[in-house]
Amino acid sequence: MAKRKPLDDSPDWTFDKLEQYQAEIARVAEHYRLDTYPNQIEVITAEQMMDAYASVGMPIGYNHWTYGKKFIQTEQTYKRGQMGLAYEIVINSEPCISYLMEENTMTMQALVMAHACYGHNSFFKGNYLFKSWTDAGSIIDYLLFAKNYIAECEHKYGIDDVEATLDACHALMNHGVDRYKRPQKISLDEELKRQKEREEYLQSQVNSLWRTLPTQEVSAEKIRQRFPSEPQENLLYFIEKNAPLLKPWQREVVRIVRKVSQYFYPQKQTQVMNEGWACFWHYTILNHLYDEGLVTDKFMLEFLHSHTNVVAQPDYNSPYYSGINPYALGFNMFIDIRRICEQPTDEDKKWFPEIAGSNWLDTLHFAMENFKDESFISQFLSPKMIRDFKLFHIHDDVKNNFVEVSAIHNDNGYQQIRNVLSNQYNLSNLEANIQITEADINGDRSLTLKHIPYSDIPLADSKSEVLKHLHYLWQFDVNLYEEDKHGKDVLLASCPSKEKDIASAK
Amino acid sequence: MANFIDRRLNSKNKSTVNRQRFIRRYKSQIKKSVSDAINKRGVTDIESGENITIPKKDLSEPIFHQGSGGVREKVHPGNDQFAPGDRISRPPQGGGQGSGQGDASDSGEGEDDFVFSISKDEYLDLLFEDLALPNLEKSQLDKLVEYKTVRSGFCAEGVPANIDIVKSLQGSIARRIAMTSSKRRELKEAEKALTALESDKLDHLSEIKALKATIKDLKARINKVPFIDTFDLRYRNYAREAVPTSKAVMFCLMDVSGSMDQATKDIAKRFYILLYLFLTRTYKEIDVVYIRHHTQAKEVDEQEFFYSQETGGTIASSALELMVKVIDERYSSSDWNIYGAQASDGDNWADDSPLCKKLLLEKILPKARYFSYIEITQRAHQTLWHQYQEVAKQCGYFAMRHIKGVDDIYPVFRELFKKEEKSAA
Repeated sequence: MAKRKPLDDSPDWTFDKLEQYQAEIARVAEHYRLDTYPNQIEVITAEQMMDAYASVGMPIGYNHWTYGKKFIQTEQTYKRGQMGLAYEIVINSEPCISYLMEENTMTMQALVMAHACYGHNSFFKGNYLFKSWTDAGSIIDYLLFAKNYIAECEHKYGIDDVEATLDACHALMNHGVDRYKRPQKISLDEELKRQKEREEYLQSQVNSLWRTLPTQEVSAEKIRQRFPSEPQENLLYFIEKNAPLLKPWQREVVRIVRKVSQYFYPQKQTQVMNEGWACFWHYTILNHLYDEGLVTDKFMLEFLHSHTNVVAQPDYNSPYYSGINPYALGFNMFIDIRRICEQPTDEDKKWFPEIAGSNWLDTLHFAMENFKDESFISQFLSPKMIRDFKLFHIHDDVKNNFVEVSAIHNDNGYQQIRNVLSNQYNLSNLEANIQITEADINGDRSLTLKHIPYSDIPLADSKSEVLKHLHYLWQFDVNLYEEDKHGKDVLLASCPSKEKDIASAK
Repeated sequence: MANFIDRRLNSKNKSTVNRQRFIRRYKSQIKKSVSDAINKRGVTDIESGENITIPKKDLSEPIFHQGSGGVREKVHPGNDQFAPGDRISRPPQGGGQGSGQGDASDSGEGEDDFVFSISKDEYLDLLFEDLALPNLEKSQLDKLVEYKTVRSGFCAEGVPANIDIVKSLQGSIARRIAMTSSKRRELKEAEKALTALESDKLDHLSEIKALKATIKDLKARINKVPFIDTFDLRYRNYAREAVPTSKAVMFCLMDVSGSMDQATKDIAKRFYILLYLFLTRTYKEIDVVYIRHHTQAKEVDEQEFFYSQETGGTIASSALELMVKVIDERYSSSDWNIYGAQASDGDNWADDSPLCKKLLLEKILPKARYFSYIEITQRAHQTLWHQYQEVAKQCGYFAMRHIKGVDDIYPVFRELFKKEEKSAA
């Protein structure tokens, strides 16, 4: 490779230097076939970074006290020096917006650009979950629409009512996602046009659903039609479509929260992959530039120092340990996949016959595009990775007064560790499984929900508080049951509270 | 493919609205925190904001999530000693997990509390919310009038410094147009006639000559109209407008006889500080006059007022007399809003108390906006209190309260300045 004159490596950045580095990074990224949305790189100050933190990564957020709380929290911890701010934040949108902190050195800015503007960006554009769940082109417009709509509602119906509705929706936000159905894409224009029609249509639908039909009294003996006919996992969707007394604007607010929740759903499921992919590419791209002689030793030392900190994995008995570091796991897995492709061992050939010795770039792109954390780990976690990380599996049953080491990094344990680690990233095991089983449309209009425990893990105490929020939206009795070991439903909580029933059920 | 934007110059307070929403929502808790804090606060510390503490549980946003218990499978890194089948006993109940459960909060910043700062203005807003200065409207117009010079249009006379150039030139143009319009019409007609004659086939030499003379004459006359005339000049006019004065003087009267110990003085001081802060919200300029007394009164500076020790008997009227004197000398009641605050432990020479009442009713209250008397004592009331009670009956803006300890200050203060909806009617 012909050595070229290195880029200026003095620590202070300027916009000219940013342009130069960006151009070189873009050239290398293209060399590795990274397909990205256009980049919009914004330089911001620490205060602005705290604003970005507070709005949980949304570039435009509607107003709500919870974001104020987050801002105050961030500000406090940052000011006391308990927390550093991230070097960057990147938004899944088209153009892809990346925020660079003003305080970063030139080396850090280059790292961040390679990481966010090419790593994360290409992941957003290529991964199947993002493709099917989010529409990067319209998200900014949608968020703007949401902000204005909510501001308008506050104006029309008062801050308190809007706040209460949002509080209730936020409590159910994790249950506002279609886990199994694929969402349809929609553009903002349609959204606006439809929104008016929907308001009226929805209300009329709800009214007809709840219309009292005197003629039915005669056939009361008739087999009761169960409504909904199948259990519903998307609680917010069900509320939006069926809650009897919600006002039209409240339905729209429910919908907004649901859409935002859906927008973030892929990010929750691809943390390891997304960060791993971005780390792999900042590492690979900057090393490529070094090989070409474009960046200096001084640059590389600073870069490697930061990089190593980011992908460090403390051991289980370290005071810094707080679970598996997704950056470390993801980065090392992608490095490992490349190794399996380029220098497969006999073990790799046995475990990964289909990728051992294949083109590493093709394989990496394939892995990035078609998996989420759970399936990615169960597909690609190699025995070597398990050995390198010295992974071990702890079986913790609350009924025993001990915890058991059931597998370690040896021949007998690889498969089990891989399965367990993969399950650890399965959202449906991590989030409470709660579904609406019945809305009594012919009777007292009560709503019945059912919690199906995973591995006997009970629902946390906050459930009765959440039910109050659900009751606010539904406005008739809400009951939460849990299926016990014998398949019998036990009342867990209800709103308005029926203390006696719960006590007697126990 | 990349577009750089420098956002650093954009406003940074994107979260301000959300922060205000937060404060709005937790107003009751924050207010409680503020009123708790006011008694602990250093007395001289009036410029800073305040740390607010809210229990974390009040702020939680509940969601459905998995609790503890059940069967959990977890993978951890860094195995250094375990083999399959090893059993590790749980730490004994109650111990071991302490660090995760939140530390005890003695400094007000434990893990169970949500602590944040509010600015001085936010602090004062919360501190004095729903409070109003009494007796503010009643005498707003009849006294305490100060004059402010304001612009009031234009006039034809004045000093050269006040000439308004734009207005004057507008007048000049108008005058010139008005004075020349008939001549210009004639000029136009003459020119038209001249062109008609010149293009005519026949010669009209004499007529043309006559017309040219007319045109010349007209032009000269038009030019003679002066560009600017004294008639055009317009001067900016100023008028004096009566505005309520924004100056206030606060008299702090305190008994420093031997019976007043430092703790009692501190209580009084806190009350004065609250009053001072409260007045700063209404008035731009505030003078504070410190008058202390035992058997004699003396005007002193702040340091001496609060910290020097005196002994001796008590004659409260001496302080009131001095206050009257100071008002007469320096603070005429037409320029100043006068506020008085007297603090005492109630001790007074019995024969002096009726004189205090007389002084208040005749000399002070007619001039003052408000006068408050606080008695800081654990004992029974004495003559001064009883005499003042009669004053309170006769005068609506005289208030008296009894304070037993530090905790009473803020509630009493709120009580004194509570907004009264009815009194306005």
